[in-house]
Amino acid sequence: MQQLLNFFIRNKTFLLYVLLFSIAVFFTIQSHSYHKSKFINSANFLTGGIYESVSNIEHYFDLKAENKKLLEENNRLKSLLYNEDQTLRIDTLTLPNYKLIPALVSKNSYATQNNYLTLNKGENDGVFEDQGVITSQGVVGIIANTSSGYSRVISILNTNSQINAKLKNSNHFGTLKWDGKSPFIAQLTDIQGLAKIAIGDTITTSGNSTTFPKGILIGTVKNFELSQTEDTYTIDVQLANDMTNLGHVHIIENLDINELKSLESNE
Amino acid sequence: MNNIIFTNSLRFIALILIQALVLNNINFLGYINPYIYVLFILLYPIKNNRMLFIFLSFLLGLTLDMFLDSGGVHAAASVTMAYIRPLFLKFSFGASYEHQTVKFSNTEFGQRFTYITILVLIHHLILFSLEIFNVSQILLILKKTLFSSIFTVLLSLLITILFSRKSK
Repeated sequence: MQQLLNFFIRNKTFLLYVLLFSIAVFFTIQSHSYHKSKFINSANFLTGGIYESVSNIEHYFDLKAENKKLLEENNRLKSLLYNEDQTLRIDTLTLPNYKLIPALVSKNSYATQNNYLTLNKGENDGVFEDQGVITSQGVVGIIANTSSGYSRVISILNTNSQINAKLKNSNHFGTLKWDGKSPFIAQLTDIQGLAKIAIGDTITTSGNSTTFPKGILIGTVKNFELSQTEDTYTIDVQLANDMTNLGHVHIIENLDINELKSLESNE
Repeated sequence: MNNIIFTNSLRFIALILIQALVLNNINFLGYINPYIYVLFILLYPIKNNRMLFIFLSFLLGLTLDMFLDSGGVHAAASVTMAYIRPLFLKFSFGASYEHQTVKFSNTEFGQRFTYITILVLIHHLILFSLEIFNVSQILLILKKTLFSSIFTVLLSLLITILFSRKSK
């Protein structure tokens, strides 16, 4: 016993080092698996607050660009409203119920392998895990953690991210992933080999999950190749969003989610 | 003594804020960022309580991880760097370290350069290995380590030269 104690006292620095290093590696491994980094994330009072106050200043500098984006979106929505008044009204009856929550990006990153965004809305505003995040141009990511006033988003530019997507004109489904290389290009995998694909085709969300409604723009086909067994395609998708420059985003709340979940658990 | 505690606490907070809010948005050529917060570990007083030093380095890394959403990679790299620092102090500064008389502002440029470079290289290698966490991407790890290290070493040297109060 005495010897054991002596051993601990002699090597206390080394043991402290090993302990702290293991804790750090534990957090690292946790962050590499989807949805597990509960403790160390930027959606908390301290970091969220600091990021928010700094981004409040930064947003003054791109007011002009943001205004232009809003004007373009308004323009698009108004032309939809005036031209397709009838179909829009019919469609909304059959669509599931979605509610949009506007938010501002406080922090954005795109240079590492696992990128996250921090938003200035949290549980107090009705934001919860697994809700989708979009801009007027396209998909941004999925909410991963929330605190009372802030939330953290798994960006499309995260090697752990997986989003259900489809080809707009042929309904072939696949999974959107990211290989960690370019912040402008993501990969759509597992598209059936029978699908007809052309460069420039539009890729949208599939509506198979409760996260995103059907038909939200993701990007266009930049390049594609057949796998060696010739049964699936891997497509390089040019993202519609400029992920390096995000300002205002919308969080999608699915109002039917409890009903859908209880249905699924019944099976 | 109070002065040392005050300077180091100030340095701790200032370096984290600068790193998280300014330097991590540089993304030179898409992915190269300097990690200047290691200056806290490099410049920490040599006569110290080693346990406290290692713990503070861990805290520094973990706070930054919280800001950057990177799990625990900065904490792991920083705590290793703090643990092996005495070895490289001895290697770079030799006899003057053994007599505990090293003051960073009075050391030769060459000695300071080797000290900073070696420790920064080790720190960045651990950082990017854990961040990418994939043996098949070893080239990317080495590339990132090399370029970011050059950036960090240059900035560290500049800052230490700018802020050193040499009394000649």
